[in-house]
Amino acid sequence: MDSLICYLPNKVNIYEFDWLFLTQPPKRYWEETENTDQRRPEEEQGTAVQNQNKSTVKERSLKRKNGESLEKKDPFSGEAPIPHKQLQKFQRGEKYKVPAGARQRLKEAIISSEAMSELAQKQAARYDLLLPEDAGFLEGDEDEDTNTISQDDIADAADITSGSKVYVIAFSLYLLKKLQIQKNVFVCNRHLLVGGKKGHVACIDWQSKDLMCEMNVMETVNDVKWLHTEAMFAVAQKRWLYIYDSKGLELHCVKKFNDVLRMQFLPYHFLLATASATGFLQYLDVSVGKEIAAICTKMGRLDVMSQNPHNAVIHLGHPNGTISLWSPNQKEPLVKILCHRGAVRSLTVDKTGTYMVTSGLDRKLKVYDIRAFKPLHSCFLPAGASCLSLSQRGLLSAATGDIVQVYQNVLGSSPVSKPYMAHRLQGQIWGLAYCPFEDVLGIGHGEGFTSMIVPGAGEPNFDALDTNPFRSSKQRQEWEVKALLEKVQPELIGLDPGQLSKVDQASFEQRHKEHVEALGFDPLAKDKFKPKTKKKGRSSAGAIEKRKRKVAHEDQRDKIRQTVQERTERDKEQKEKSNEKKNLGNKSTLDRFRK
Amino acid sequence: MVKPSSLQKTLSKGVKLTSAMAVESGDEDDLSINEQAISASEDEEGSDDERKHKKLLEAISSMGGRKRKKQSERSEASVQVSEFFVNAEGTGEKVNISDLLGTVEKTSGAANKTKKQLRNLQNSKGTLALPLNKQQTEKIQRGIAYEKTTKEVSCWQNIIVQNQKAEQIVFPLNQESLGPKQVEQVVAGWKAQTPLEQEIFRLLHSNSHPVNDPVLTPVEEASLKAMSLEEAKIRRAELQKTRALQSYYEAKAKREKNIKSKKYHKIQKKGKRKEFLKQFEEMVKTNPEGALEELKKMELSRMEERMSLKHQNSGKWAKSKAIMAKYDDSARKAMQEQLQMNKDLTQKIVVPSDDEHESNEEGLETVPDFVNDPEPIIDPVNPWMRVQLTHEEPEVSCVTTDEPQTAEQENEEEELIGEFERKRKLRQADEEDLIPTEEQKPESEVVEEDVVEVSDKEEEEEEEDEEEEDVSEFNTLFRLMRNEKTLEEDEEGLLNEGQIRVRNIEDLEILDEDVDPQPIVDHGEQISIIKEAFAGDDVISDFIKDKRKQEAAGKPKVVDLTLPGWGEWGGVGLKPSRWKRKRFRIKMASSPPRQDRKLPDTIISENRNTSIASHQVSQLPFPFQNTAQFESCIRTPIGQTWNTQGVVKKMTKPKVITKLGAIIAPMVKEDFINKTTTSAGKGPAIMLGENKRANKGREWSSAKHQGRRGSQKRKKQQT
Repeated sequence: MDSLICYLPNKVNIYEFDWLFLTQPPKRYWEETENTDQRRPEEEQGTAVQNQNKSTVKERSLKRKNGESLEKKDPFSGEAPIPHKQLQKFQRGEKYKVPAGARQRLKEAIISSEAMSELAQKQAARYDLLLPEDAGFLEGDEDEDTNTISQDDIADAADITSGSKVYVIAFSLYLLKKLQIQKNVFVCNRHLLVGGKKGHVACIDWQSKDLMCEMNVMETVNDVKWLHTEAMFAVAQKRWLYIYDSKGLELHCVKKFNDVLRMQFLPYHFLLATASATGFLQYLDVSVGKEIAAICTKMGRLDVMSQNPHNAVIHLGHPNGTISLWSPNQKEPLVKILCHRGAVRSLTVDKTGTYMVTSGLDRKLKVYDIRAFKPLHSCFLPAGASCLSLSQRGLLSAATGDIVQVYQNVLGSSPVSKPYMAHRLQGQIWGLAYCPFEDVLGIGHGEGFTSMIVPGAGEPNFDALDTNPFRSSKQRQEWEVKALLEKVQPELIGLDPGQLSKVDQASFEQRHKEHVEALGFDPLAKDKFKPKTKKKGRSSAGAIEKRKRKVAHEDQRDKIRQTVQERTERDKEQKEKSNEKKNLGNKSTLDRFRK
Repeated sequence: MVKPSSLQKTLSKGVKLTSAMAVESGDEDDLSINEQAISASEDEEGSDDERKHKKLLEAISSMGGRKRKKQSERSEASVQVSEFFVNAEGTGEKVNISDLLGTVEKTSGAANKTKKQLRNLQNSKGTLALPLNKQQTEKIQRGIAYEKTTKEVSCWQNIIVQNQKAEQIVFPLNQESLGPKQVEQVVAGWKAQTPLEQEIFRLLHSNSHPVNDPVLTPVEEASLKAMSLEEAKIRRAELQKTRALQSYYEAKAKREKNIKSKKYHKIQKKGKRKEFLKQFEEMVKTNPEGALEELKKMELSRMEERMSLKHQNSGKWAKSKAIMAKYDDSARKAMQEQLQMNKDLTQKIVVPSDDEHESNEEGLETVPDFVNDPEPIIDPVNPWMRVQLTHEEPEVSCVTTDEPQTAEQENEEEELIGEFERKRKLRQADEEDLIPTEEQKPESEVVEEDVVEVSDKEEEEEEEDEEEEDVSEFNTLFRLMRNEKTLEEDEEGLLNEGQIRVRNIEDLEILDEDVDPQPIVDHGEQISIIKEAFAGDDVISDFIKDKRKQEAAGKPKVVDLTLPGWGEWGGVGLKPSRWKRKRFRIKMASSPPRQDRKLPDTIISENRNTSIASHQVSQLPFPFQNTAQFESCIRTPIGQTWNTQGVVKKMTKPKVITKLGAIIAPMVKEDFINKTTTSAGKGPAIMLGENKRANKGREWSSAKHQGRRGSQKRKKQQT
């Protein structure tokens, strides 16, 4: 076991840094200059002028000492070159060239915007340097599979803080009769929320292992979810949806949401999406406490649910093997994909919204590219996967019976061969959740809760403006206000999150139609024809009818005329064609020589 | 000069100058004498000698025949002299220019210029035009005024445009920067004013002493630049040599140019060509890019040659030579040469490079061989038939003609089913063959008949591929037909599938047991669940039905406008006539193709997301001409989430910044006019050494501190 290299770079722990450097120091920009060397002379020309002032100081001192070194130049003059790969990472769309013959104003607008976007891209690439942490990995000896390495060995090899992350909470000992199965696990930064099938709910600080609250709701708990902060969580109980605070105080009982089986929280929209046993998909705006949408899916019991973090679309798995994608703005599924021949058991979507992993009763594990809605590859799991979870770095954990298998490089074109890690637990596994920014996987199973170290699972670099795992309560409060101000409206949820930046191409008619739909009447509609009353017996019923008939169906008449005209033209063409064909058919072979 | 009309006006009051003038001219001499007499009497008291002497001199001068001096004073000869005006004598009589002119000519005092003018006036016969009326004069004046003002105002144009284009304007303009200033900045605006300072600067300049501490003093630089005597001598010799060479070369070129012999030039050209070829070969090795260019040139010349009739023996000369060729050997040779030239020029240039290229070229060369070969006879019945008119495959076409629509509709379904079935078959690994394998033979035969036999192996392989494709197509069609025939069979198949699945699961259980030492407790339960799940419906057919329904809903509907009972009998059991139905049923335009038309296992909703439309831009903003331009301009987000702090600040920079509490005075003309002039060329009075750095700093500071100087000027003006 001494040759085992276990490496858990956790940018979170500063103590681990020196240990990290032993194996591989983080890459610095000058290490990647090989491929940028060719570009250097060009850049130098550009930057030489700017940095003349800087360089002269150095040069002068050199020259004064020995006259020969007049030609010497600063080897690192100018800005540090940015590797092409890094630049590409931050590219947003194609560069637009100024069309020939464009007007001056247009030219200026395009040029300035292009310059700005280029600057943004360059700066972002340059600042990428500030994310030096690398994800860890597990490396076995020669002829040693990494999946045979046990958690104890990893804990021993890793540093103390990382090792301490492996623990088991045996709830069954604590609440022997009431709690049998840990049904759901949900992790919010460093806080763990556990709900038992028999009504046991507990919040635990992940790292300090402090118990924040523990209670029994005396009802079946179907699902638990943290809301936007660790101060509140939602529990889907047997009948209604409840919201508690972190001390276990009941804040709300939302009776509009009944028989909820699964929940998903969309953090940027402040929406709690719930899927119920009655086939309803409901959205609750937790910032204002309003039901945004209630969609009857007509798909039966909804007990498989996931969200696409990229575009906030809800994925539902159905017993007929299909997966449907929903937004609160449409009453019908955006997309319906037939994934499995049996019922869908579990599904998960990766962080970038590119891949979806599903498992079904047909014991297949399928990876889909949900941009193209095409399966990339599928593999056969002997026991089938009851639970799936993707980590921030794309490690897939699948619960097969009482074994948790972790797969690497699932999200790609190559099929999965063997698991990266495996861990056996007591009893059936009911819930899996990765801890964000940590290399830890939380597993809820029949005997309680177990955490498992999975090197390379967590994203090593976090954005403190977005989610800071170390934020203080003050910071949390400020973040909350900011997040509420920046809340994304539910209307913007759709398959393409970039839709907003596109021009609405719909024709005037379409727009008008929507306007009519919104208003309930047509503001531009023509009034019905009312014939004037005329004297001297000319307003008799017959005459009025005659006059009415003159203008009746005018629009339709036009259309009819048009279609008739089109049809006659088409017929003519067809006739001509057939004539030609006939002629061709009548032609003798020697006709070809005729001119 | 005075216009004659106005002259007349002034004279119309009755000033009769003519007569007076005449009188005057007559009495001129007497008057002068009188005057002189008076003056003499007055000066009696002065020295007599002097006077006498003067008088004498005058007398002598008067005797000389020269005209006397002109009178400095002009007297009016009139009877009554009013206090205010010259009274008119003989009113009504007009003054003619000739009258004036006659006297003027005589008078010596009148300036030559006025004389000339008057003479010109006399000569000009035409009457003068009337003065313009008020409106017209005003119009002209307005026009001139407009031009003037536009000129005045247009000098603002530049600054306005500049400000419009500016990313940011800070008001009030010409703010002085706070905080400590750079030394150069301060020094740039400073002038040597006191004599002492001026003296010092003069000294510094004369010695070209650096003020700013550069690397080398100018003197040092000069000494560095200076050469030693030997070097200078060598250089001079070099220069002399080059000059001599140049002159030789020029002379030679001139001489050669003057040579008129055609033969000489021909030989010369040939030599040059040879040389060039030699060089080219070298060039290929050393400078491939240059060689490529040369190659292009050669290619171009080849093209030109191919286009033109030159060297084709079609010209006048060639024709004459052709006649002679029979008898004249030299003529024949000349013609041969011409043809050779043509051949040389039109020959394709072969680049000696990679082996692949060579092989390609060989291939190219070999290709034309088939032209000479007899054409392969395709149809033995009809030898004239070179090309097949139609490529229809009889069997397939007959199937499609039977049910073309259904084939299209169920194609996807078939794909899906096919996919699943293929997989199942793989799993089963059964010995069962595909049913239409028997049909494979006739199909392939047909194909073989159609396809021209080619000897190449590769082509044969391709053919086989084609055959396979055809077969697969046939398979799908066959399955389609079978599907339609019997649903029962399908059900049976499904049942079979279920059995297979179960078997598989059981198999896998064994596998599981192999893998896991501990038996899984709830497997029995699981199996029952699976069975339950698969017991009911067929997942795939349901899905296909669903998809078809969606497609049907999306398809354009036929609008029925028939009005039963109109123009014919209506009632229960009576249908509108066929003609009417045909006439008033309108098919709507077909909708665009579905997004999921190529994804058999996916249904994508075609409904438009209307909720987002209200947030989208629906009309293009001003300078953009199409959506792509606009979208590209807004593609980069400006928020903090996606950008670095600096970029966000730059992107969200306000267009106008005003200083709180500061009065924003209107722009003064001097400010920007000065700006443009000084920044263009004029520098400050003092040059602080020749250091570039100093210059740079100065320029920058001068540009920044225009405003201060401007304000100073303004103050001066006010005082």
